[in-house]
Amino acid sequence: MADNRTYAHPYIPNTVPEVRDAMLKEIGLTSMDQLHDAIPDSLKLDREMNIPPAMNEYELRRHIEGLLAKNKHGADYLNFLGAGCWQHFIPAVCDEINQRSEFVTAYAGEPYEDHGRFQALFEYQSLLAELVDMDVVNVPTFDWAQAASTAIRMAGRVTGRKTALMPRSVDPDKAAIIRNYCMPVMDIQYIEIDPATGKIDVDDLRGKLSSDVAAVYFENPGYLGIIEDQGGTISALAHEAGAVSVVGVDPISLGVLEPPARYGADIVCGDLQPLGMHMNYGGGQAGFIATRDEEKFVMEYPSRLFGIVPTEVEGEYGFGDVAYERTSFALREKGKESVGTQTALWGITAGVYLALLGPAGMQEVGSTIIQKSGYAAKRLAEIPGVSLRFEGAFFKEFVVDFNKTGLTVAEINRRLMDEGIFGGKDLSAGYPTWGQCALYCVTEIHTQADLDRLAAALRSIAGTSSNGS
Amino acid sequence: MKRIIRDRKVRQFHQAKWDEPVIFELHRAGERGVIPPGTEAAVAAEIGSAADRIPASMQRAAAPALPEIGQAKVLRHYLRLSQETLGSDLNVEIGQGTCTMKYIPRINEMLIRNSRMTELHPLQDVDSVQGMLEIFHNLDLAMREISGMDAFSFQPSSGTQALLAMASIVRAYHDSRGEGEQRDEIITTIFSHPSQAATAAVKGYKIITLHPDEDGFPDLEKLKNAVSERTAGFVVANPEDTGIYNHRIREFTDVVHAAGGICYYDQANANGLLGITRAKEAGFDMCFFNLHKTFAAPHMCGGPATGALGVTDALKPFLPGPLVDREADGHYVLKQQGDLSIGKVRSFHGVAQTVLRSYAWILSLGAEGLKDVAQVAVLNNNYLYHKILQIRGASAPYIKGRRLEQVRYSWKQLTDETGVTTEDITRRMCDFGLHYWTSHHPYIVPQPFTLEPTESYSKEDLDEYIHALEHISHEAYTNPEIVKSAPHSSTVHRNDESSLDDPKQWCITWRAYLKKTSPELQTQSQA
Repeated sequence: MADNRTYAHPYIPNTVPEVRDAMLKEIGLTSMDQLHDAIPDSLKLDREMNIPPAMNEYELRRHIEGLLAKNKHGADYLNFLGAGCWQHFIPAVCDEINQRSEFVTAYAGEPYEDHGRFQALFEYQSLLAELVDMDVVNVPTFDWAQAASTAIRMAGRVTGRKTALMPRSVDPDKAAIIRNYCMPVMDIQYIEIDPATGKIDVDDLRGKLSSDVAAVYFENPGYLGIIEDQGGTISALAHEAGAVSVVGVDPISLGVLEPPARYGADIVCGDLQPLGMHMNYGGGQAGFIATRDEEKFVMEYPSRLFGIVPTEVEGEYGFGDVAYERTSFALREKGKESVGTQTALWGITAGVYLALLGPAGMQEVGSTIIQKSGYAAKRLAEIPGVSLRFEGAFFKEFVVDFNKTGLTVAEINRRLMDEGIFGGKDLSAGYPTWGQCALYCVTEIHTQADLDRLAAALRSIAGTSSNGS
Repeated sequence: MKRIIRDRKVRQFHQAKWDEPVIFELHRAGERGVIPPGTEAAVAAEIGSAADRIPASMQRAAAPALPEIGQAKVLRHYLRLSQETLGSDLNVEIGQGTCTMKYIPRINEMLIRNSRMTELHPLQDVDSVQGMLEIFHNLDLAMREISGMDAFSFQPSSGTQALLAMASIVRAYHDSRGEGEQRDEIITTIFSHPSQAATAAVKGYKIITLHPDEDGFPDLEKLKNAVSERTAGFVVANPEDTGIYNHRIREFTDVVHAAGGICYYDQANANGLLGITRAKEAGFDMCFFNLHKTFAAPHMCGGPATGALGVTDALKPFLPGPLVDREADGHYVLKQQGDLSIGKVRSFHGVAQTVLRSYAWILSLGAEGLKDVAQVAVLNNNYLYHKILQIRGASAPYIKGRRLEQVRYSWKQLTDETGVTTEDITRRMCDFGLHYWTSHHPYIVPQPFTLEPTESYSKEDLDEYIHALEHISHEAYTNPEIVKSAPHSSTVHRNDESSLDDPKQWCITWRAYLKKTSPELQTQSQA
């Protein structure tokens, strides 16, 4: 410690020299340097680190706010980016609860001093269970991609098989996460999609099913927004082949869309971010997994599962870990995959969101998204040179084909930014055979005026192209 | 009025007890918590109803059976649950060893709520997020300096996910050299976090676990016997969860490198090392830091968090992407990784709020302050250690000398003499408004408890915790029943855990509880 310090650091009370010296004396030392005697000199850093000098709180605030001021966000810009992270309405109560100091700073307490944390997570499990219509939900994992990866590995253990099938329309980034997580224990193969509808090519699926297939994974709505209405057929084919049906969902669709459990899904997964989490540059993601209450599935979860129990006093609710012995906390490498810090506070927040919205709110928000995204798609498709890539029903997102404008999506998006608009995600790199297509996201937060403004801006941009019709 | 007697050995405490129902019991048909934005009449007139746009087979047949609750009731319910939760802000949370429960600066929590943070979409054009990318880049530079590594990814969103990423890099590295099949073993130690072994197993590796020597050090001779042409990697924490620093760590990494393996460093226990010693000089090829431990991001009931993953130049091509880079003109970009990359481990760029918090924390300390953190964390720990060894029934197995930032202690003598176990003490500590943790499994140290005081607590705070343990030790020897039957001042009493491992009885959701306990309600809920 520097002896020239004139004041104690606000975060380190025992930098007060008198206290520090008294504590050193108590343990029989005379200098702070002696504390690290166990570390050989050859491993010690023999210089001060090259890190800027400390800022006080006000300087820090000015500095960080200065950096953040360089960012443009959805209040400055009209945002049509989705693709796995979506801008939705967030009730104020969600923020109030997830900013509570008790929840922000809690971690691994016992069911006694952290009774409230256990109950809030049990309630989250229970509320999401109603939305997905299943009896078991986990304490959430990192994101949808991790939830899908684990669901596939669970299916692998349940069936003793090593192959999983998923449609080629899965988000390439999500596919990369799933592949990395499953390799080399499981093999991932693609099912082709119908080029006109974007739905699964059921004949191709049929040809790829075999006694090696552990899981058929598909999404509803899919990454491209498409509503897959062949879920019953796909699940039935999977079951006939002895495989598990795994369905990924956007939970905000489930006020209006049929939950996958009703069309044969054995494991359901998805992302909680739409249910009350700010986008946070991608820091709002949280993955959920749900199954029926069957031992063969429950015992394959790697996650914490909180259950309700009686206490020794009649009339109290207690909460605790269900089947803890399956986890890596209990069994290290013999446990199911691994568990640790994941996204518990987003689970609590999603519970608050569902409690606020209720059945009516979930139906309303789902309907509104369908109507507004339908309106936006219709307006955009009216623009000369602009069309929808796929026919059929969609939820929240849709693929816009700009090939006939003669412009690249990159160029269109640059010009939209000049108009104060973030255009849809450029799909040209991920799906090169489609040429210049973009994935647009429209939610309940967009107004008719916003959507008309987007359409006007795109009409103007498309009209300036020499190749435009 | 008499002043509160401050030399009392334990705090007179009772946690909030609201007797709060499960949220479904707050249901009153027709109540609303919030009204989401709706559809304009003109839009509805033009587009028609949502139902018209959903294939019949995909229309939800029955509304989800969520409760209907007015907004104030929802708020009150969750505020009560928060009061029934003992966050680290509210207690001297030195009892959760290995997790570095330090002070969470409020300025950082305020900064992450800036709308130019919360409302950023991860796919925005880089020109519109230059400030965010600068924060990522600057934290990367600081992390490189702290560790000696050459590049960091903040994509992994916990220590466990960082370990998974590292095991993935080990596999990709050996695959790239044609040795992926041959090298199928990863070596770890028993005093390391269970996720080290578990994530390596997820990546298909056979796990070799080394047990310590009689002084508690990882055993170099056992490592020499374990390495071979099958060795893919060696993962270890240093200090391990005992707080014992392995001063021969460079010999360990040399042995593994000589056998062709990768050495990766779990720096979950880095709080006593900042500015003192680094991963690079110890011979590691990769390391990770938990930003939610050492770098003062909060634990958030268990995430979201960040496991900042650093590698040497040789392994940089294997990192998940994209990586933030600064161009010569000062413009920040997102650079995609090449074919050697493991791809991705988490969507987008990780948990940006945590990156911002830790960057702010480092700025609030500077190089000198970071070293103060390490020194005071070790000072606090050795003060605590010195005092706890004076408590009847407590001990600290292995070496008798100083430890670094934490210690795994044992109540074996106390249990042998009184029958009171470390789990009993866990529950009794709740009665004094304190958190206390035992150890990961398996219990190598008998009747374990693991304390990590960090730099954040004053001497008086440490004394309060010590007094509580002394008090409970005294109770164990004089009135053990009060410890065994604890908690007495908590929100609830001891759980009857008998149903938690029984598939016929466990209830993981409220609907499962209703089905399993009330046939009558089961019929109703299905109707």
